[in-house]
Amino acid sequence: MKERRVRRADLMLIAVLLAFGVVLALGNVLFSRAGQTAVVRVSGKVVAAYPLSEDREEEIAGAHGGFNRLVIRGGGAWMEDADCPDRLCVGMGVIRRAGQSIVCLPHQVTVEIVGPGRRDTDAVSE
Amino acid sequence: MKTSARAVARYGLLTALALILSYLEAQIPVFFAVPGMKLGLANLAVVTALYLSGAPCACVVSLVRVLLVSVLFGNGAAFAYSLAGSVLSAAVMILLKRTGRFGPIAVSAAGGVAHVTAQLAVAAVLMGTSALGWYLPVLWFAGVTAGAVIGLIGGELCRALQRLKWGEDRP
Repeated sequence: MKERRVRRADLMLIAVLLAFGVVLALGNVLFSRAGQTAVVRVSGKVVAAYPLSEDREEEIAGAHGGFNRLVIRGGGAWMEDADCPDRLCVGMGVIRRAGQSIVCLPHQVTVEIVGPGRRDTDAVSE
Repeated sequence: MKTSARAVARYGLLTALALILSYLEAQIPVFFAVPGMKLGLANLAVVTALYLSGAPCACVVSLVRVLLVSVLFGNGAAFAYSLAGSVLSAAVMILLKRTGRFGPIAVSAAGGVAHVTAQLAVAAVLMGTSALGWYLPVLWFAGVTAGAVIGLIGGELCRALQRLKWGEDRP
């Protein structure tokens, strides 16, 4: 029996995987709300929370040195500059929806947008 | 279990392949805007091991690769990501292959998805945030695509090696 390279079941499984990916993406879009606050964490600890309504520029110190320059302008937040080796955080663009985040793995810095629904208890309790 | 010299050579070949591919992958400049998005070249060796030689070989190649890579060029955090991704991905691929319904392309695509999911879970724990949910869909599609391509190549590599009788214990 000659075995086929791509079986019907293969295509089905890939289709199911892709469909589930679409569901995940839709879920994110549908259940997201406009953000209110940018919460900055270093190594998991909240170090600052900035309202998105105020334009500002902040320098965040990485866990083991280094910096990430966070800009908040026009209701969105982004990393303007950083001296981490990969600078992925700078390439991640603008975030403004609740639940979105920018992650800088080398500096262990995260910026997360939280919405009005969640009174940022994290930021207060830290 | 009696291990033939051919089997030992085969394990060695595939592990070496996995290591070289890991090294190659590390040389590719990061051009994706999402952390953790990569080709998963080393998975080529694991898929090939799985279809050429079976689950034990795939496990050995996968785990030895993770250990060696972390000793040679890694750090602690990278090891945790790498181990979680590799273990879950290998487990999913072995189970799916065992059903006998799927070829390397779909199995590898599912393995890619398992890999990114496990890595994202580890990242969420390490960074103490649940905010990574936004990345899952992006990484999910990347995992399916890269996994399917790797599976396609792995299937062809496996055929070629079988023609050379690499899969058998006796010539």
